[in-house]
Parts: sequence; structure tokens; C-alpha cells
Amino acid sequence: MLSRLLDPRTAIFMAIMAALTIGVPVLNGAGLLPDYLVPLLGKWLCYAILAVALDLVWGYAGILSLGHGAFFALGGYAMGMHLMREIGPRGVYGDPILPDFMVFLNWKELPWFWLGFDSFPFALLMAMLVPGLLAFVFGWLAFRSRVTGVYLSIITQAMTYALYLSFFRNEMGFGGNNGLTDFKDVLGFDLQSGSTRAGLFVLSAVLLMLTVLVCRAVVTSKAGKVLVAVRDAESRTRFLGYRVEGYKLFVFVLSAVIAGLAGALYTPQVGIINPSEFAPAESIMVVIWVAIGGRGTLIGAALGAVLVAAMESWLTGVAPELWLFALGAMFVLVTLFLPKGVLGLFGAGNLPAFAKRSEVPA
Amino acid sequence: MRALLCSFFMILALASASTAETLDRLREISAGFVTKDYGQVQATAEALAATGDARVATALSALRGGDLRFRKSDKQVFRVEKVGRDYALFDPFTGEAMGQAGSRETSKIKVNNAIRNAIDGLLGGLTLRADDPAIRLDAAEALFKSRDPGALAALGSAIEAETDGSVRDAMREARASILLASAQNEPQALIEAVETIRARGGQDALGLLAQIGADYPEPVQEAAAQARRGIEQSLMLWGYGQSLWQGISLGSVLLLAAIGLAITFGVMGVINMAHGELVMLGAYTTFAVQEVIRTSAPHLFDVSLLIAAPLAFLVAGAVGVAIERGIVRYLYGRALETLLATWGVSLILQQAVRTIFGPNNREVGNPSWMSGAFELGEMTITYNRLWILVFALTVFVLLLLILKRTPLGLQMRAVTQNRAMAADMGVRTAWVDAMTFGLGAGIAGLAGVALSQIDNVSPNLGQSYIVDSFMVVVFGGAGNLFGALAGAFTLGIANKFLEPLAGAMLAKIAVLVFIILFIQKRPRGLFAIRGRAVEN
Amino acid sequence: MNALRTTEALLYLDDVHRSFDGFKAINGLSFAMKSGELRAVIGPNGAGKTTMMDIITGKTRPDTGTVLWDGSVDLTREDEADTARLGIGRKFQKPTVFETHSVEDNLLLALKDDRGVLATLFARTSKAQAARLDELLALVRLSDRRKDLAANLSHGQKQWLEIGMLLAQDPKLLLVDEPAAGMTDDETMRTADLLKDIAGAHAVVVVEHDMEFVKALGCRVTVLHQGSVLAEGSLEHVSADPRVVEVYLGR
Repeated sequence: MLSRLLDPRTAIFMAIMAALTIGVPVLNGAGLLPDYLVPLLGKWLCYAILAVALDLVWGYAGILSLGHGAFFALGGYAMGMHLMREIGPRGVYGDPILPDFMVFLNWKELPWFWLGFDSFPFALLMAMLVPGLLAFVFGWLAFRSRVTGVYLSIITQAMTYALYLSFFRNEMGFGGNNGLTDFKDVLGFDLQSGSTRAGLFVLSAVLLMLTVLVCRAVVTSKAGKVLVAVRDAESRTRFLGYRVEGYKLFVFVLSAVIAGLAGALYTPQVGIINPSEFAPAESIMVVIWVAIGGRGTLIGAALGAVLVAAMESWLTGVAPELWLFALGAMFVLVTLFLPKGVLGLFGAGNLPAFAKRSEVPA
Repeated sequence: MRALLCSFFMILALASASTAETLDRLREISAGFVTKDYGQVQATAEALAATGDARVATALSALRGGDLRFRKSDKQVFRVEKVGRDYALFDPFTGEAMGQAGSRETSKIKVNNAIRNAIDGLLGGLTLRADDPAIRLDAAEALFKSRDPGALAALGSAIEAETDGSVRDAMREARASILLASAQNEPQALIEAVETIRARGGQDALGLLAQIGADYPEPVQEAAAQARRGIEQSLMLWGYGQSLWQGISLGSVLLLAAIGLAITFGVMGVINMAHGELVMLGAYTTFAVQEVIRTSAPHLFDVSLLIAAPLAFLVAGAVGVAIERGIVRYLYGRALETLLATWGVSLILQQAVRTIFGPNNREVGNPSWMSGAFELGEMTITYNRLWILVFALTVFVLLLLILKRTPLGLQMRAVTQNRAMAADMGVRTAWVDAMTFGLGAGIAGLAGVALSQIDNVSPNLGQSYIVDSFMVVVFGGAGNLFGALAGAFTLGIANKFLEPLAGAMLAKIAVLVFIILFIQKRPRGLFAIRGRAVEN
Repeated sequence: MNALRTTEALLYLDDVHRSFDGFKAINGLSFAMKSGELRAVIGPNGAGKTTMMDIITGKTRPDTGTVLWDGSVDLTREDEADTARLGIGRKFQKPTVFETHSVEDNLLLALKDDRGVLATLFARTSKAQAARLDELLALVRLSDRRKDLAANLSHGQKQWLEIGMLLAQDPKLLLVDEPAAGMTDDETMRTADLLKDIAGAHAVVVVEHDMEFVKALGCRVTVLHQGSVLAEGSLEHVSADPRVVEVYLGR
């Protein structure tokens, strides 16, 4: 079983991740790694988890979701809601129950959908359940009606766009334009302290490793072979007796749950969650991470996310006006010259090649 | 005292209303100004106005402005203009110069605010007899708002004399408005006035009727309530009309933005995410053209859009051809890859424009023929929106003609249906691909010219339309221009009808959710081409 | 259950109609097959052969008409996955195999087994299945290429792999669309022999243009024309029918 999950490349990846999991907190503790880098690295790992989740549906089942940021953001909001409740009476207005923005809006009591979020396990459950449920309803409708290809991509974009607009509304009860922020602590640990940040980083690294393992387990199983079959010849798979919509739905929901978890880890490390995470452009960014790293490889997606995020951090620091040029060029060059992504450069013969086929919906 | 004077002068005025007023008579009345009693001054002004003589207007304006004085020695009234320490004297009615006088020799005819207000109404009454019907109409409208009871008599005689039907209606409405201001008037006259106001309709009529309170006779109150219901109903219908117009207008904008996409996505199966940025390029082309015109040929400003349109078509079209030749052609048959690559292009174009023109909104002006608005019943229609509708439909028809009637259109359809066979028959498919893409891009540029008239021209312009225009194409059904037409107007109108119910943002969200659900039912859109050929 | 049983036939179509935007692709088609029977279906382009297969496999719904499976199951209510699970296998004219899977995995995916998500997620290949895979690989002469990607096979080999996948499904009825297209003469004759071998254990419907191939099958022939059956019987019988000659053979 383990040998099935850990092909050579995945094994190398796991080794590096394990080294980082231990190394980053140690180096930081020894003063060799500046404090600000720890949450930054943790944020990148959250992106990496999101990228792996997208690769699972895009790289293996051929579902190009342009709305995966929505699942990520929903998970982030679920955790953000808990963190808001954790602030308690320490807010600017000192209300023991209501978050500041609700006091500001003159709300008298907590809306029903905020109930329960004072409990951490409940918030964590919701961070998985809400994205999972959205993915289930959306996928059930879309896959059953055989909406495929670019049509599917476009309506996933419409989905995240609708949420984007919704979360901007103050009446929605999620802090409107400003989102949720000013968090103080999580489970009693001060979010500003170095050790909490190191802890969150370790959690992110562990979640990334677990995600890769779970996804490997899925794609190397017979179900994974069915997914690739769906990607390459959906109609043929149906004629073999497989319920294509069931497989797509399973992998889509799984991916959304993973994305939600990534979002839940993202919020405390970044210190804010706001509607911009729902912006269609954010979701397209996830796609480019996967494309650059190499789709259908899982660890390539993680690699791509970290590479692009690191480049963004660096370039927006030294020459912000160049960043969009560079990003745009990456989109163009990767699709034209690197269809297998960066990982494809390192001659990976044992990879299932991405079929050159018409993706015009069959 | 005042009432007495008032009625006295009124009788005086009415008695002579039909005959030409002699100047002497005006002077005779104006002798009433030689007093310190505000009541008498006002009564005198009213009496003057009641003569209906146009020459009275100058005198009343002067009185209002504090420029009417009388000479202490002979009590003669003059209009004055200050010359150094002295006053130049003029006849208040004819304007004839009457010499000068020191400031001590004359005394000012004092007015208070009540008199000033009264004069405003009176001046309105006076212009009721002006030669220009537009001025008479304005006067009637002014009285409708000021509701000055003093103008009733003038209004009555003006209605008698009026020859223009619509002006007479306005005058009757003004009279009704004045009558309704007082609960003391004859109930029958009040009820008739209510009817007149009801026939006028509109928001101000509604406001006027709302002031009829419990102090009015019962039947008048009833009539007013009934009239209000009637007006509200017709206002609601006009409200629907306005929503419909706004929806059609939004639809025309969506159509412009989506129509080029319908070609690249529908006809070629290519998702062009940079489409919005091509629209933006069109808008910036308009900006650049107007800049050049402003600095070197300002007299051409009114035709700036006519110059910008072909240029925008060429600029966006050229960029489109470059995108097709440089990127898209290597990705045919891989729609998802095309989507990503063109998204990259959109980022580059955005940043390029931001670098060249700066990140802020750029000012693009409306030519005079696109400025302003006109009223249609209770609806307001702005000229820029109207022209954009005309423009969108024109572009649509032109595009249909290109597709159906030109060799390029024929070749485009041939390549769409069977690329290999078209190539065998000598169609240069690569050239057709580039031209088709260029055509779609060029139309995006035209959309930019139109959008520059109603939206902020900024590097983000394209982003705000891309999701919407995709929705139009997906909803209408790819590969069908009429689908784009139906999709654009359906979504535009649905949006604007939902807005009053739910607010702009919720309306948009509702439309998005509707499309997501709609796609489940008709995965290929409203005007899908069905059959075996499409499924495989 | 027997009360529902209205016919002895394995597959039974009666008065089926289906039109696409006014074009009557299937127009009053009636057709029946017994278990284990081998049948060739011929007809000019546009006769409705592919649409008939689409209707049988649940890809296309008929506008009106009866389509019964095994005497009792209404096929007009089932989709492609349902009909496959009922035991209808289909081979397309253009070979469609999973190009990014190995030859072995292609067959494994086709192998008769539980098709549910959970079942495949935790599936292990049993000894019996492994043996069956070896057997099938030998049958379609691809034993030495079992680890190769299907994309790297020749056209004829892909056709054979697809036939192997059909057999792996162990269907009661095979629908085979122009299996000989693009094959060499030798391959064509071997394919005919293979189909004859398969028939008996499975019912087989072969849609074909190649008359030599149909002759080699030596079975009952149904001639379709304009969406309905023009003639049925032995090849000699239908060849002698002047209407058939006019619409099809005579050209």
C-alpha cells in the first residue's frame, strides 16, 4: 500500500516536507529565520494544499474548476467566524457576544448562522462541511446534466462570482467589504506569538502531506483509473457501465473539503479573510499554479503554488508594475511550451501523459 | 384696508383688461407705491400685474431688486441705476431716461420677503401673455409650483386667450394647483381641480394631492384619494416602463460586450478571456482620440466618436489578430488551455494600459448630441443610452450581414462546419481563423467606444464585463448570434426588473444563480443547435 | 415477473420514432434479437444505424415506441451506464480506448465488477480477475504489450483492444460498429472469425459497410433505410430484393 502511494517523486517530496516541518520552527527558534517568514511560508503551504485539491479534479478528472477559490474562502470564513467569537469582549466596542462589525451595524443579536461557531470543533467541521455541501449541490446539478468542458468552467466562475458579490453585502452578516479580522487568539494561543505561528506552520505542512497522501490513494486506486478514463473519454466510460457523474461528484466534493481545510488554516496565519478571496481572478490563479507545476502530478501542483507565490512576494516587493506582466507571460508560456508543467521538465516517463485530445465537450 | 385696496384695484384692472392699457393708467396705479405700508406695496404690485401689460414686468423686477424709488418732490416713481453717488432715473415701464437725482432726493420703495415671493408669482402670471409659447408654458409651470393665488385672475384671462392646446392644459393645471392650495374654495371647483391634476399625473401631482387633508370638504378628500390611486397606478406602469428601458439599455451594453465573444466562442469554440481587455482598448482609443482633438482640433469634438469607432475597431482587431496568430492557433481543440493563455494576455494588456495611461479613471466626454435626456411620459431617456442601443443593434445587423452575405462570412461558416473539407476546397483556413478572431476582437473595440460614454475608463474596465458577457453567451447558446441577442436583452431586463425588488447586487446574484440552474436544464443554452452532429 | 414478460426476444424494438430538428432519423423501426444470435445490420449513410445503437444503449431517447430488454426492462428509461450494467456492450466505429492507460488497465476497467465509487476506491485485483486478464490479453494478441500505453498501439491493435474490453464486460449483447474499418484483409477475416466465435455465448449486432465482411459472417442480415427496416433475411435473400438493390447495393 505504502509503495503504491509513495512513488519516487512523492517520496522525495515527503522527505523535503518532513525536513521543512521540523527545520522551519527550529531555525526560527534559533533566530536564523526571520519571524515574518514563518506565517508567509505557512500561507504558501495553504496555497499548495488548495492547488493539490484543484489538481485532483482538473488533472485527473478533467474538471477545470474556475471557482475553487470559493471553497477555500468558505473554509477561511468558517474559521474566521470562530476567531471572531474568540475575541469576545476584547473588541473595540467591548461587546461580549457580537463582533465589532455587528455592533457597528447596530445589530442586537447574533444571526442564527453564527451560532455554534464559538466552538472550535464545530467551526472546523463547518470549514469542511459548507464547502463540501456547496460542491455536492453544485456538482450534483452540473454533472447530472452533463455540463462539461468550458461550460462547466464558466458556471463555476459564475458560482464564485455570485458568492463574491454576496459576501460584499453587509446584510449577509460576514463583515461586508472588510471581512473578518482583528483576531486575537486561537484555542487560547496568542496569534501574534512566534510559537503559535510556528505551530500553525507545522499544521499546514502536515495537512499538505496528508492531502498528498489521500489524493495519491485516490488516484492510484481503481477509482483513480476510472477518473482518468473519464478525463480522456467520458462517453466511453459510460458505455463501460460507470456512473460518471458519481465519480465526478465524489472527487469534486473531496477536493472542496480539502480546499475548505486549507482556507481554515489560511485565515489565522494571514489574520484576515475578506470577499476578495472569492474574486474570479483568485480562482484562476490557482489554475496557473497547477498548470505551472504540472497537472496530474499532485506534487507538481504544490510546487507550482509555492513557486508562483514566492515569485509574487518577491516581484511585488522589487518591481510591482512588472508582476502582472510576469504572471501574464507565465500563463501564455506555460500553456504554449510547458503543457506538462515544470515537473514535466524533469523527464517523468512514468507519468500518464496528458492526452492530446479535443476538450470540446463530447 | 389691504383687502379693500386689493379688490378695488382688481375691479379696476378687470374693467380695463380687454382694452389696451395706456401708460397713464399704469402710472396711475403705480402711485400706490408711494407708501411705507408693505400691504399697499404688494396690492399695488398685484394690481399692476393684473393689467396683464408686458411693460409691467420691468417695473416689478426692479421693485423686487430694490431698484424702484420715488422722487420725494413729486411722488413720481422711477427705476434707478446707481451712478456714483447719484441715481440715473428711468421710466419704470418704458425704460426712457429721465435724468438724474441725488440719493437724498429719492426714497426707496421697501419690499419684504413676502412681497418678493408675491412678485415671483406675479412675474409668472405676466409672462403668461408672452409671445413665445415656450415662455408661456414655463410661466404656467412656475405658477403650478408657486401656487400664488394672486395669479388666478391673470391665469383665468390667459386661459381664455390661449391658442396653444398644451399650454392651455398647463395653465389649467396651474389654476387647479392654485385652487387646491386653499380648502376654502368652492367644493365643486376643488373637485374639478382634482380631476385636472389627476389627468396631469406624475410625481408632483401625487405630492399636491397628498396635501389635501382633513380640513377639505369630504367629497374633495374622496376625489383626491381616488385620484391618487389612479396616479399611483399609472406611475407604477411608467415605473415598469422605466425598468424596461433600463433593462433594454443594459441589454444593449451586454450585447455589445458579448457579441464579439459570441463569434470567438460560438463560431470558433475559442474562449477568449482577454475579450474584456479588448473592450478596454477600444475605450482607451476613444480617450486618445479625444485627447488629440482637444489639443489640436476642438471643433471636431462632436464627431470624436465617429473618428474613434473605426480606429478602435482597427486597434482591437489588430491586437486580436496578433493574439490569434501568436497564441490561439497553437491551441485549437484545447479550449481550456486557450482560456488560460488568453487570461494571461488579459493580465498583460491590463498592466500595459496601466503603465501607459496610469491606473486612474480617464475622462472621456460625451459629444453634445449624446448629452442630456428627454422625457417620455414619466420616463427619462438619456441620449447616450439611446444612441448605444442604436449602435448595438447596428453592429448586430452589420455582423449578421457580414456572416450571411460576404465571402468572408461564407468561408467562416464553411470552416466552422467542416474545417478539413473547407481546406480541401481551397479556403485558407488559417487566414479565416485570424480574420474571424480579428472580427470578434474589433467588435469588442467598438463596444469599448460605446462603454466609454457610460462607464469609467480605467484599466479594470474589461474585468467588470467579462463574467457578464460570458453569461450572455452561455445563456443564449454558443454559436448563435440571435442567442446572444436574446440572452443579452433577457438578462438585462431581468436584472433591471429585479433591482427595485432586491437591490442591484442581489439582482445580479439572482441572475447568476438563475443561469447556473438554467445551464442544468439546457446545457447548450437557449438557442442550442441540437442533433447528433453536435453531440459527437 | 413473468406477467411483465411480453416477448421471448433478448432485444425487442417496436415502432420506434426519433427525429432531430425535423429530420426523421428513426421512423417506425421494429427489430428483434434472440439470445446468442449474430446479426449484421447494413444500410446506406443516414439509414439510422448509429441512432438505433444510440437508442438501444440509452444515449438517445426515442420520441415514441417500445424498446424492451430481456422481455421486461424498458430501455427508454435507462442511460448509458444502466444499459452497460444490464449487459449491453458497445464498440464504436472509431476505436475509443483510454489512451493514457496501459493496455492492461484498459481491460481491467472493462472487467465485469462492481462499478460503484466506493467499490472501485478500495478494489484489489483478485486472482480470478488476474487470470481472466491474461486470458483476454492472449485472445486479442496483446500479451506482450500489456504495460504499454494504449495510445502507442496501432489502429488495428486498438480495434482489438476495444473488442477485448467488450469481452471483458461479458455482455449479453454486443453492438459492434464497423469493426473492419481501416483493417487489412487479413485482420478483417480474423475479426469476422472472432465475432463468430463470440456469438452463441453472446448476442452480437454488427453494423458494417464491407460486403465481404458481412458474407464472411454468414448470418442473418437486416437492411435499414430511412429509419426503418427495408428487408431482413439471409444475405442472398436481401441481395435479391430489388428495393435493396436500388437503395444500397446497386450503387
